[in-house]
Amino acid sequence: MTDDQTPGRVKEPVIYQPAGAVVTETPLITGEHNYQTIDNTIGNVVLNQRGHPAQWFMVFGVAFLWVNIMLVAFCWLLYKGVGIWGINIPVGWGFAIINFVWWIGIGHAGTLISAILLLLRQQWRNSINRFAEAMTLFAVMCAGLFPLLHTGRPWVAYWLFPYPNVLSMWPQFRSPLVWDVFAVSTYITVSALFWYLGLVPDFATMRDKARAKPIKMLFGMLAMGWRGSAQHWWRYETAYLILAGLSTPLVLSVHSVVSLDFAVSIIPGWHATIFPPYFVAGAVYAGFAMVILLAIPIRAWYGLKDFITMKHLDWCAKIMLATGLVVFYGYLTEAFYAWYGGDRYEFAIMHDRWFGAYWPSYWLLILCNGLTPQLLWSKKVRYNVPALFIISLIVSLGMWLERFEIVVQSLHHEYMPSYWGMYYGTIWDYATFFGTLGFFTFMMFLFVRYVPMINMFEMKDLLNRITHFPRHAHEGDGHEEPGLGAAKEHA
Amino acid sequence: MQNNEHKRLDLKEVRAKLEGKRGPQYWRCLEELAETEEFQEFLLDEFPQQARGLMPEMDRRKFLMLSAASLALAGLSGCRFLPARKIVPYVQRPDEIIPGKPLFYASVHPFNGDAIGIIVTSHEGRPTKIEGNPDHPASLGATDAITQASILNLYDPDRAQNVTNLGQISTWDDFLKAARDTLARPGGGAGLRILTGNVTSPTLADQIATLTGRYPGTKWHQYEPVNRDNVYAGTRLLFGAPLNPVYRFDRANVILSLDSNFLLSMPGHVRYAHDFGNARRVRSKAVSTNQPAHNTMNRLYAIDSMPNITGAMADHRIPVRASEVEAVAFALAQQLGVAGVTAPGPLPASVPPQWLSGLVQDLQANRGACVVVPGDHQSPAVHALAHAMNAALGAAGTTVVYTDPVEISPADNMASLRDLVNDMQAGKVTMLLIIGGNPVYDAPVDLNFKDQLTKVPLTAHLGLFDDETSARCRWHLPETHYLEAWSDARAFDGTTSIVQPLIAPLYDNRSAHEVLSELTDTPGTSLDIVQGYWRRTRPSPTFDAFWEKVVHDGLIPGTALPARTPAAGRAAAITPSPPSPSIGGGAGGEYEIAFMPDPTIWDGRFANNGWLQELPKTLSRLVWDNAAFMSFATAEALHLTTEDMVALNYRGQTLPVAVYAMPGHPDNAVTISLGYGRERGGRNAEEAGFNAYALRTSDAPWFGPGLSITKTGGRYFLVGSHMRNSINMAGRDPVQHATLQDFIKNPDFVRNDAEVHDPPLDESFYGDAHTHEHKYEGFGTYAWGMSIDNNVCIGCNACVVACQAENNIPVVGKDQVSRGREMHWLRIDRYFGTGRSNTDYLANPRTYFQPIPCMHCELAPCEPVCPVAATVHSAEGLNMMVYNRCVGTRYCSNNCPYKVRRFNFYKYAAGQPNRMPGNFDLPTIQLVANPEVTIRGRGVMEKCSYCVQRIDMARIEAKKADDGAGREIQDGEVLTACQQACPTNAIVFGNIKDANSQVKKLKDEPQDYSLLGELNTRPRTTYLAKFTNPNTAIDPADSAEAEEVAS
Repeated sequence: MTDDQTPGRVKEPVIYQPAGAVVTETPLITGEHNYQTIDNTIGNVVLNQRGHPAQWFMVFGVAFLWVNIMLVAFCWLLYKGVGIWGINIPVGWGFAIINFVWWIGIGHAGTLISAILLLLRQQWRNSINRFAEAMTLFAVMCAGLFPLLHTGRPWVAYWLFPYPNVLSMWPQFRSPLVWDVFAVSTYITVSALFWYLGLVPDFATMRDKARAKPIKMLFGMLAMGWRGSAQHWWRYETAYLILAGLSTPLVLSVHSVVSLDFAVSIIPGWHATIFPPYFVAGAVYAGFAMVILLAIPIRAWYGLKDFITMKHLDWCAKIMLATGLVVFYGYLTEAFYAWYGGDRYEFAIMHDRWFGAYWPSYWLLILCNGLTPQLLWSKKVRYNVPALFIISLIVSLGMWLERFEIVVQSLHHEYMPSYWGMYYGTIWDYATFFGTLGFFTFMMFLFVRYVPMINMFEMKDLLNRITHFPRHAHEGDGHEEPGLGAAKEHA
Repeated sequence: MQNNEHKRLDLKEVRAKLEGKRGPQYWRCLEELAETEEFQEFLLDEFPQQARGLMPEMDRRKFLMLSAASLALAGLSGCRFLPARKIVPYVQRPDEIIPGKPLFYASVHPFNGDAIGIIVTSHEGRPTKIEGNPDHPASLGATDAITQASILNLYDPDRAQNVTNLGQISTWDDFLKAARDTLARPGGGAGLRILTGNVTSPTLADQIATLTGRYPGTKWHQYEPVNRDNVYAGTRLLFGAPLNPVYRFDRANVILSLDSNFLLSMPGHVRYAHDFGNARRVRSKAVSTNQPAHNTMNRLYAIDSMPNITGAMADHRIPVRASEVEAVAFALAQQLGVAGVTAPGPLPASVPPQWLSGLVQDLQANRGACVVVPGDHQSPAVHALAHAMNAALGAAGTTVVYTDPVEISPADNMASLRDLVNDMQAGKVTMLLIIGGNPVYDAPVDLNFKDQLTKVPLTAHLGLFDDETSARCRWHLPETHYLEAWSDARAFDGTTSIVQPLIAPLYDNRSAHEVLSELTDTPGTSLDIVQGYWRRTRPSPTFDAFWEKVVHDGLIPGTALPARTPAAGRAAAITPSPPSPSIGGGAGGEYEIAFMPDPTIWDGRFANNGWLQELPKTLSRLVWDNAAFMSFATAEALHLTTEDMVALNYRGQTLPVAVYAMPGHPDNAVTISLGYGRERGGRNAEEAGFNAYALRTSDAPWFGPGLSITKTGGRYFLVGSHMRNSINMAGRDPVQHATLQDFIKNPDFVRNDAEVHDPPLDESFYGDAHTHEHKYEGFGTYAWGMSIDNNVCIGCNACVVACQAENNIPVVGKDQVSRGREMHWLRIDRYFGTGRSNTDYLANPRTYFQPIPCMHCELAPCEPVCPVAATVHSAEGLNMMVYNRCVGTRYCSNNCPYKVRRFNFYKYAAGQPNRMPGNFDLPTIQLVANPEVTIRGRGVMEKCSYCVQRIDMARIEAKKADDGAGREIQDGEVLTACQQACPTNAIVFGNIKDANSQVKKLKDEPQDYSLLGELNTRPRTTYLAKFTNPNTAIDPADSAEAEEVAS
């Protein structure tokens, strides 16, 4: 316990002493906690609505402003047409697709944390999976807006779905855009279910803790009659495992499918077999950058440093470094094959990226995504919160530039020299992009305020394990059942 | 735990239950053995894992059933109700009109001392499309861009629609009363002046003669800014009488152009292009009667001052300043041995002596089969020298034929206008009737026409638009469009045609004939007047039959002017033109200025025509603007780049204008095209470009020295259709090219190019060649394909406008073009390149034109990426666009390597984002739309359809043939709009399954190649390589050009 001013903190008798001798370095839960303090620390953020820090209001206000700008931009877009954007022939896709790919990528960290790390029984995921999943959800919402709105006639975009109709017309299943529809809609469905399912026991806790009747009723409805019986827990765990199993391939498939939008085409700079793994790595990379970007202010503002420890940030940074290296390898491979493949169009594209009209963006990309993350080799940097924050920002920018490079730089300089062109985003392109950033922040901040942002029952479970099985607690080798005993008793 | 009240276990019951059991049983307690409800409940609560699946009541079948049902129910949203609209059918059908079936009428487009015979398509009484009249000598079935676009002027919503008096709406009667009053006054008739353009209408000339007879003292002046004064002055200088040279390029092996643009802007240019193309076409086998086997090409030399397509087609071209052409002409004439001519000065430094001697040898080797063509704007001395050379080379009478002038009463335009201005200044003019034209805008600036006009008590302007002249005249009289009133006109060789109207005047407009007939108090309709004139001149009992025939055929047979054998030339009398005196402005600068008619909007009369404004200029690719063209070297010396604003100071006048650095432009000179910078005359006209007339003076209307250029520091936004990027081919070879000599040596040079070949059909992951054959050559009778001959494409743009007119392509405006959103389905790519001997391609490049429609790839990359199957393949090989189905993802366009797909980023057809004449939601513009072609809405992709509506029209006719027995569509029955308009027949369309079709034979030519064939898209549109025919005596290295890559 470091900060008594933080809302939701209730002084409790200490029943847990970190067994320093056994648990090495930073444990997964620091400070002195029992089940009650965990519930209070996390739950009171929601229940005690008076205690929100000023930063919350500032960021939320700015985000809300951008949400409105985004709405204006969308209305104008629907009224006038996609002509308000900078797209043209030859560059038929611009900010919309760049942003779509970028946002979808960001979502991946959440899914990776909640699904793959769950299956691998990585205990450290427990403190960050809830808001990482929320992040996924909101990022996919932002992403989903773009393919819909970028169509020339968004009011008939539902034709991409295979619905029965009098014309007996199906979508054209050879098109990667149809694959996208399936990939993204599956992704958002599974992510939403996963997120909500994980929330049910916590909603029940909130219902039990809430004093005001309406709040009690609200959480009661959200908890869907959760009483914590063994049968509930058993069903919960089965469903959660099934969803984790479903989500795991999604981590790989969604961005692979998105990358096929490009790889299936014949455009030099798009037509590359390396795209699926390279996109997935990029997605996880961008996603962890966003997790760090969100975790750092939240843990500071809401006194959650006990639950989101430096250890967590360190591990996120390591994953970022690993995926960043894969991404950088992708850039090198692209360049190598442009030369080795001997295709003059491919070579011309690479030449154009390096020395053509958009050369600053390419080299900035290399700086952001290739060089900056190398700092993360140093433990000092990984344990330096401001440095991590800045590196994550740079990585986010870099990933956006990467999509810019792929989408715009490939299209603007392809086969016919007579039809080379330039692309510049218009004010509406920027309004839409920053608008979705605002929307994302807006949703995240609403989430932080109204939903328990850390998985309370899993933290309690973790506490139980740390207390009773200190040796295995954070190694996560999981000899024991993914025991829920502690939470069960409490709920 | 709900089951905390345990029922006692009744052992009897247990025993009874167990009695029925067979087989081994395992149990842990009696309750389990007895399978009591309580035990089951307990088990479920405490060890849920042991219970069966999550929802035992939902099995797999039921789950699938429910999912299917929910999906099916979701589909109900597909039902919707469309608003009902009423259409009104003909209650009494007019004769000949079958709704939905167009009618075709012959007419003629009178234009600037020339006329092109046309066939106009009429849908339910409204003209929609113009084609060339195959019987007319100036057309031979083809047209030019301006003729194609002239139909849009008819429907222009900015057209003048009312008689106005000092800007207030008035009536024809009021005007006629005012005019008659003035004329009735003593001396009123003597003060009447009539100003027209160059009149080639016999009827109009006759009417004016009648008018002058009735009001003695009346004078008729003729002025057009782009005129043939120098042609007639030159022939008068040489032959003693003004003569009209008619060139026969079909007979010429060697052509020397002395700064002429006979392919685009001379009277007769469509015919000239046709003949030129025929003599240039290379065929290894006979393709059709008009494309015989032909392995020679004519050779074109061009000495050029202005960027134009004739120079672009030349085998040898030298850029010189316009004023230097005369010196070259003198030197040439001397070397050719024209009696009495000695060169007064040295050759311009830019002309290498061996170039000239090679040319002289070539001309002399082709006596009687060569021709020298002077540019209309060149000095009279150049014209005289050219014709003296023609005489010396035996060209006169063979490759050039002289006739009397085409104008009924030829006048020196500049002198005629000067006379008028002098009379106005002297107060001798009481009434000035301006018929057509726009002299306030386009008269030479030194004549000060605008101000002298105020000295005339009664001024009236009969014009299509309420323009600058209308604003300065007391009366503005709205004129009929040529498709609204009867008239007649002579073509470049004198062939006379009747101008047949297709529609009654849209507004209360009157033709010149009708106005003049009122002034002679013999009012009549234009039909009465024109028919009356011909009845008088050709009295015959069978006149009605004659009239019907000439109107139907579109020309009066035998009216071509007879060839004159001019008297021996007085070549010795040719003296160099005097240096132009410097007017005003002191010392003057060191640069030369030249004016040229604009390749699209001409002298400004088409400035409000959206189709022409948006048509990329032939060489610069500029749209919606003109600019000061100068060479790269000159621009560099002045520290200027394209789009820099400069002030051109010339003879005391100053014009701020944007610079455009033009490859191949002569150094130290500036060329600017006419027609821009309009102040009035329609929404499109008023916003575009710079008014070159502000610098143009009467003594040097075409070029003159003494220009100074000062950089003003600003920038101007010039928009070209992808102009910056199409300078050269960037090391690629979209246009395959070789010299003729190399091609004859190595006919398979295109096929041997590893990067151009089509991969073999069976080179596929899937299936064998058999599958491909069936899938892509189609199951039926037809497999449509197109062949485009880069070698004879002159880049004239006729096809582009024809496509726009045929397919209802909207105009999008300068701003949208600048964003790369022009909508043309067919574009002409222009590349600059160079031979090996000339490394600086900016100074004097070779030019390559390549029309790019949709390739209709058999393996179209656009098709598999469309998520909704909006672009699909027909069994006949058309790559089709289903507009209704398109959701507008633009993936197809991204994946099209040729970039031929066009997207409606806005509701262009309805005038978004820029409202302008040319949008299909304007009531009048709606009338020009082709009802056979959908008008596309916002958010929809579109592209070339191979004019599928024309294919279907031919299919219907073929099926109906033989009393419904049907026949196959014959070769040549389907002409695409671009093919039909092309003056050089560079585009051929047809059925490639028919071994005897033209297109199939063209595709079998050795120089046939697929654009980007290495991508295995299997385009149905293929190209024939471009050849040059260089004179090895001039440029031995040039023959090795085939291997060279221009970049």
